[in-house]
Amino acid sequence: MAMSLRQQNLHEHQPLGGRIFTLPLVVCILLVLAAVYVLAQRYAFGIGYVANINDGYPWGIWVAVDVVIGSAFGCAGYVMAALCYILNKGEYHPLVRPAVLASLFGYGLAGIAVLTDLGRYWHFYHLMMPWYAQPNSVMLEVGLCVATYTIVLTVEFAPALLERFGLEDLRAKVNKLLWLFIALGVLLPTMHQSSLGTMMVIVGHKLSPLWQTQLLPVFFLMSAILMGFAIVIWEAVLAALSFKRPQETPVLKKLAYLMAVTALAFVALRFVDLAVRGQLGVAFGGPKASWFWLETLAMLGGGLILLPPRNRGRTRSLFIAASLLLVAGILYRLNVYLIGYTPAIGPWSYFPSVKEILVTVGIFALEVGLYLIFVKTLPVLHAVHSPAHATLSASSAKHG
Amino acid sequence: MAKAPSKGTVSRRGFLRGALQGSAGAAAAACATVVATPDANALQRAPKAMSPDALGLLYDSTLCIGCKACVTACKDVNHMPPEVGPEAQAWNGAPGNPTWDTPVELSAKTLNIIKAYSHGTGETKDSPENGFAFIKRQCLHCADPSCVSVCPVTAMTKDEKTGIVSHNPDACIGCRYCVLSCPFGVPKYDYNDAFGEIKKCQLCQHRLAENQLPGCADVCPTGATLFGRTEDLKAEAKRRTALKVGEVTHYPRGDIGGTVGGARAGHEKTVAAAYQSHIYGETELGGTQCLAVSGVPFDKLNLPTNVPDTGYPTLSEGIQHTLYAGMVGPAVAFAGLAYLARRNAKDHPEE
Repeated sequence: MAMSLRQQNLHEHQPLGGRIFTLPLVVCILLVLAAVYVLAQRYAFGIGYVANINDGYPWGIWVAVDVVIGSAFGCAGYVMAALCYILNKGEYHPLVRPAVLASLFGYGLAGIAVLTDLGRYWHFYHLMMPWYAQPNSVMLEVGLCVATYTIVLTVEFAPALLERFGLEDLRAKVNKLLWLFIALGVLLPTMHQSSLGTMMVIVGHKLSPLWQTQLLPVFFLMSAILMGFAIVIWEAVLAALSFKRPQETPVLKKLAYLMAVTALAFVALRFVDLAVRGQLGVAFGGPKASWFWLETLAMLGGGLILLPPRNRGRTRSLFIAASLLLVAGILYRLNVYLIGYTPAIGPWSYFPSVKEILVTVGIFALEVGLYLIFVKTLPVLHAVHSPAHATLSASSAKHG
Repeated sequence: MAKAPSKGTVSRRGFLRGALQGSAGAAAAACATVVATPDANALQRAPKAMSPDALGLLYDSTLCIGCKACVTACKDVNHMPPEVGPEAQAWNGAPGNPTWDTPVELSAKTLNIIKAYSHGTGETKDSPENGFAFIKRQCLHCADPSCVSVCPVTAMTKDEKTGIVSHNPDACIGCRYCVLSCPFGVPKYDYNDAFGEIKKCQLCQHRLAENQLPGCADVCPTGATLFGRTEDLKAEAKRRTALKVGEVTHYPRGDIGGTVGGARAGHEKTVAAAYQSHIYGETELGGTQCLAVSGVPFDKLNLPTNVPDTGYPTLSEGIQHTLYAGMVGPAVAFAGLAYLARRNAKDHPEE
């Protein structure tokens, strides 16, 4: 690549600096404190004291939202590492570090969320002990994979930390072996994000035929990729707006094309799958069909907005489309894990309690708060005044 | 694509082309995957056979008089606390809560329960029309149990010989995947305990070890709950479902083999209501060791009836065993990714 020399200069990252205790951070801290208070009650008096989950709905939003959706939010690092290092698209480089950071928090906090939900959390380490392992369990695969991936993300982010504290020798050593971790960082999410779908195959008839299919792993992998892309766009647009930096639109443009293709493929595959299983009729007037349409229309809308090349160059349409696709991914995962699910022998009902929601909100607030602190104090976002922007815009215009 | 000088037309063409390419590609891929695996699903592992020594219960709804002696006995022998149902009322002017056990559903405190079906005037026993019927609910001890397949830490296990599905709280992490996955809604967790456990019927293994009957079968006065080898119980169930109304027949009690808990006298009874021809648990989800026969259809007794003849683990484990067979797939993928990442590393000197 002729560009590699010049790229060296492009990849300078620098801390944003500025005031740490801004209003958004204070709000985040308050929300985290509320969650801590609820969790203290949960550990003292049992899950039922704060949450509405029950024997009909043993998994509530702490699983469906905090873990299943939260980890998809953490797929930004996965998709950007795959694009940048595996498919060797160097132009995405400025987006990688912020994406890896977002992933580190997404996954780390999904791990914490698991501990809030586990009924016998003091046995948590049994998951890692080979003599307890039950290899047929899809959850074992997910658990081990996610735990390993959190370590991989830490290593992937390590250069930023080492750079900040001037540990150049160590950084050089980590860099030499980084390719190993990058390969793992692409392999592991492919495995566990698809397995999150496989996990619901075994509930069989309890999941509506609108969602129950052996293609669940395929749809979960596709939704993870889409949500990862959408988060990258969201993060880039919001960071540019709130930190008053130039928009990254030229780089995002190419990403947007990939998103449009993935989203439309997702919708097409959903209909083919329904047709092959003979369940297309359920989508028209069957139970829970409106949730199916909400999810499908959001996916279709996001994909269609990004198809015309003009829209891909506009920050506004990029942002709207990314939001729609994010909503579609959230709805899809919520439908599979909660809304499309009917307990075997009822009647049971579930709607999250206020305290349950406070924990979920607190976990996401912790994620946002940590992100704010990290980008201000560590070299995460790429430097604005480097020649990066000029060159990038030029090269993107050529390719785009 | 970026060359779009004269607005509208070209971008619309690009739009359509993109849409077509995407959809066609996805549709082709989907068809290849799904059509290649129709009825005899290539992504399905073989069903598990039942052990010839499998033990279970046969519940005959037509014999059950709804006395709930089995519910009480189950609590006694398993040291389970009484449970007060939400609709229970104070008894005999007792202040506060009622004093006796009134569970309404299986729970972490109730491993066995008798539920009732009623219709219309509720006059005739075992009649779907204007009648009533009982159903006993407890773990069915599946031949291919979902709860065992999903448990990540081997807390839920199935005995190789007796086929009894039991749970070890010392291994359990409390993820409740067993609660979620059970097609019959059996395992339960105690949400109101800071150190809650998963609870389910374990066919009174502790009593079987002492040659005693499971609590429910021990106390059943009519033989509605009969203990024995699943093979023997299945034969008995087939004999009963073939009986005609008005026939007089012998109904055994306790252990159908007459050994566990000692031999007991059965009783003669005239068949009053026609049996459903289906034996619940014979085929459901790969078969269960506990079976049921009844005078009213099983869907009216609130049991899942529209289920496949193979257990759901055949589907989920089929996918996993295909993708992760010997970890060859992931290993090859890792090798490929590592090669690319290493080759490309020189283009990314900074990270």
